[in-house]
Amino acid sequence: MDYSQFLTMKQELGLLVVFLLVFLYDTFMPGRTQKGLPVVTTVLMLLLTVAGFCPCCLGSGSDVMAFSGMYETSPVISAIKNILNIGVVIVLLQSIRWANSDAMAMRRGEFYELLLVTLFGMYLMISSRHFLMFIIGLESASLPLAAMTALNKGSQESHEAAGKYILTAVFSSAIFMMGLSFVYGLTGSLYFSNIYVAIASEMNMMLVCAVAFVIAGIGFKLSLVPFHLWTADVYQGAPTSVTSYLSVISKGATAFAFMAVMAQVFGTVYSRVWEWMLYALIILTITVGNLFAIRQRNMKRFLAFSSISQAGYIMLGIIAYNTMGVAAMMYYILVYIFSNLAAFGVIGAIENATGRVSMDDYRGLYKTNPRLSFAMMLAMFSLAGIPPFAGFFSKFFIFTGALNQGSVAIYVLVLIALINTIVSLYYYLLVVKAMFISEDDCVIPTFRSAFSERLGLWITVAGIIFLGLVSCIYSGLLTLTADSALSLFFA
Amino acid sequence: MFSNILIYFVVIPLVMLGGLALCQNIRQIRAVAVTGSLALIGLSAWVLAEYLELRGAGNEDPMLFVDSWTWFAPLNIHLAVGVDGISVAMLILSSIIVFAGSFASWEIKQAKEFFLWLILLSTGVFGFFISIDLFTMFMFYEVALIPMYLLIGVWGSGNKNYSAMKLTLMLMGGSAFLMLGLIGIYYHSAPEGGQLTWNILEIANNDAIDHSWQTFLFPMTFVGFGVLGAMFPFHTWSPDGHASAPTAVSMLHAGVLMKLGGYGCFRVAIYLMPQAAHELSWIFLILTGISVVYGAFCACVKTDLKYINAYSSVSHCGLVLFAILMLNETAMTGAIMQMLSHGLMTALFFALIGMIYGRTHTREITQMGGMMQIMPYLSVCYVIAGMASLGLPGLSGFVSEMTIFVGSFQHADMFHRVFTIAACCSIVITAVYILRVVGKLLFGPVYDEHHLSLTDATWWERLSTVTLIVSVAAIGCFPNFFNHLINFTFKPAIFAVLGLN
Repeated sequence: MDYSQFLTMKQELGLLVVFLLVFLYDTFMPGRTQKGLPVVTTVLMLLLTVAGFCPCCLGSGSDVMAFSGMYETSPVISAIKNILNIGVVIVLLQSIRWANSDAMAMRRGEFYELLLVTLFGMYLMISSRHFLMFIIGLESASLPLAAMTALNKGSQESHEAAGKYILTAVFSSAIFMMGLSFVYGLTGSLYFSNIYVAIASEMNMMLVCAVAFVIAGIGFKLSLVPFHLWTADVYQGAPTSVTSYLSVISKGATAFAFMAVMAQVFGTVYSRVWEWMLYALIILTITVGNLFAIRQRNMKRFLAFSSISQAGYIMLGIIAYNTMGVAAMMYYILVYIFSNLAAFGVIGAIENATGRVSMDDYRGLYKTNPRLSFAMMLAMFSLAGIPPFAGFFSKFFIFTGALNQGSVAIYVLVLIALINTIVSLYYYLLVVKAMFISEDDCVIPTFRSAFSERLGLWITVAGIIFLGLVSCIYSGLLTLTADSALSLFFA
Repeated sequence: MFSNILIYFVVIPLVMLGGLALCQNIRQIRAVAVTGSLALIGLSAWVLAEYLELRGAGNEDPMLFVDSWTWFAPLNIHLAVGVDGISVAMLILSSIIVFAGSFASWEIKQAKEFFLWLILLSTGVFGFFISIDLFTMFMFYEVALIPMYLLIGVWGSGNKNYSAMKLTLMLMGGSAFLMLGLIGIYYHSAPEGGQLTWNILEIANNDAIDHSWQTFLFPMTFVGFGVLGAMFPFHTWSPDGHASAPTAVSMLHAGVLMKLGGYGCFRVAIYLMPQAAHELSWIFLILTGISVVYGAFCACVKTDLKYINAYSSVSHCGLVLFAILMLNETAMTGAIMQMLSHGLMTALFFALIGMIYGRTHTREITQMGGMMQIMPYLSVCYVIAGMASLGLPGLSGFVSEMTIFVGSFQHADMFHRVFTIAACCSIVITAVYILRVVGKLLFGPVYDEHHLSLTDATWWERLSTVTLIVSVAAIGCFPNFFNHLINFTFKPAIFAVLGLN
């Protein structure tokens, strides 16, 4: 075996180094320096993110295969990993205060180590071109998350959430592997490229079942309706930092991996087999997510349902089945990371300071904490797709990407999605209304959040404002995907 | 980029926003608002002068001051600007109303935040009128919509939460259809193999949207903009929204924002898809015809001053869309005049209602009376506004409605005739509700003893109303000037389908 192949996995190796350093720090540094762990991890992760943008990491602009075609890296893949890295840095920044609280004193290291392991799993998932590798990635991306969900040891809800999460994760993996066994039975291979060719002329019930099982398996991770039932409880029970990680990073990575699987494995049967499946799933996901979000009073449950419907919008980039859709999806994930993390940043800051997470507690917040309210408002506007904030651009581009496919059915789908944005605007405005318009006797008092939380919020707010207006980001992603080997699958 | 004069319509409000952020007290905030809106009036006057000079020199381009800067290159999205006569007229209207609105909200609470949202709103409005790129146009359109939520929700009165939410959701609902329509236009903007474009002029030049797509995209865009133009049955946001909004916001919303709807219907729906407009106009003629008559009847039975005026806006804005759909040059000219006229007149109405409400703390006409004795200045202004609204010659309403009905009557078929006559009846109904209010509110006996101690207008209120009255009279006295300004717009070749040229 040629060991130099490992050098193609630059980002994975970098992450591994970060993980080892964090692990060594956690294990061997004396007790009084332990409080430095969150900052050290954040800085290391930041370095990794910056390194990800170096020319040597971005590669020569072409695709590189390694390990006899099991692993692939390309500029597009590096780009999505960089996007995830940026999100992770912000999550880490926002979690510093929580990780340094007394309750977390004994479990601080676990949080960071588990988080880095799951990120490693997501990297593998995104890069894999063989289903065995994909499953390793999928499992290491989801099982440790259950442990992270349970980190609030004193809380009953946290345990319940972890239980629910592990059960659904295992169950969905089982379904996913069931689908894979069908695929293997049909084609005799687990390589993406082999399956892609082998199923091109197939059309039987087994193939339909195989695709349906694979979609269902990944759909659980993405919390697409009707596989979403765990989402609200887990989001509510998990510690806020874990919830934000779960809702943006885990979702973003899985969405991209999903796209890769659908295009590079099942691409040849797009219109025959899975277009209509995804079509129905998108309508269900967006609509149900939106309708359930309206009634939520707990902010974390509220964002759980909002994130379900956002996942539906992300799926529009997959059903578009063209490079424009992929670029729009990556851009959407990036914008979604910033918007959602801004919202979670505010929720986390308020929760850390006062322990209150209900929407009713936010009444009159503008009077006492104008800056936090402003950040929250921008996050809500961005999630709802109001210009000139980034969410508007990401929504517009993902619709443009989807409509590029051109069929009448897609026009209907986009119209349904657009009408749903009105519903979503309603509940996002409910938060704005609570903060700016409503008045209440027991307003959350004025408080000063920690430096790390404020820094995290400044970064996310800057992102919300500039990610859309600065055109080179989306234009860059578009040219990147159009030039990539991925575009061959959409020919 | 900054060599183009039009871009300053967006730059000035942005500078104002920056200035506001630095303000410490109410005096500075007022100074920023007044300086900025004066600058905008000056700028629009300058644009008008330049425009007339260029046209006088024989420049026959469909748009002037055209410029374009690349934004999202792979999608061919540009920040493209350009104006023709209609846009210039709309820019003048907007700057006058922003100016009057700043004075009308002289003593508003939480002034900094209020002006912040108000100026953001006007950024959207100005940006919309100067854009000729569908993407930026749509972006500015939505920028103009969302501040309304907070403006009504925080500074409004009455059932403000409900109204603010209803207004925002309905307008955003319209823009959902609009977004689909615009992206659809983009994908059919060029002939097979050509470079797709968002630029209105290029799309009109290509004239490539085939017939079946036009019949799908035309209703999408027309309904999208029509919601903002208060087209029946999507008008229900308007009475609630206007009734709850604070004075300056009602002024801007009825005066300018509702014109965005009419302008968009003309500029996007009809200009880009004339064939479909020709075929489908009857559906929308029925709907707008209903708005015209139904709005007027509703205004007759309401007792809240703002509701009366809001329904009257539904009726008058319905007339704008109605006239646009007549698809001939006279009626369309009338529609543009009606936009100007209604914008100024309704802003005057809302300003006066706000001033009266600020003193009496009621808007019910059953609980007021004899205002002519108590506040003669405001009452006289109210009469002038009313006369303009019911179409007294010499004021703006007469000119625009006359032109519209003359234009509409040029259609010789039964269908158009019937609807024209029905719409004509709205003039009579307008007279009913205007005179009812004037009689009861101004000339009746004093209803409440406490009202006797109320004062008449302050200097800033006088300034605000005088500006608007002068503009209303100017249109009424010099209609030919505006006619001359506008009519060049109907020259482009794309209108050949409609038989305009």
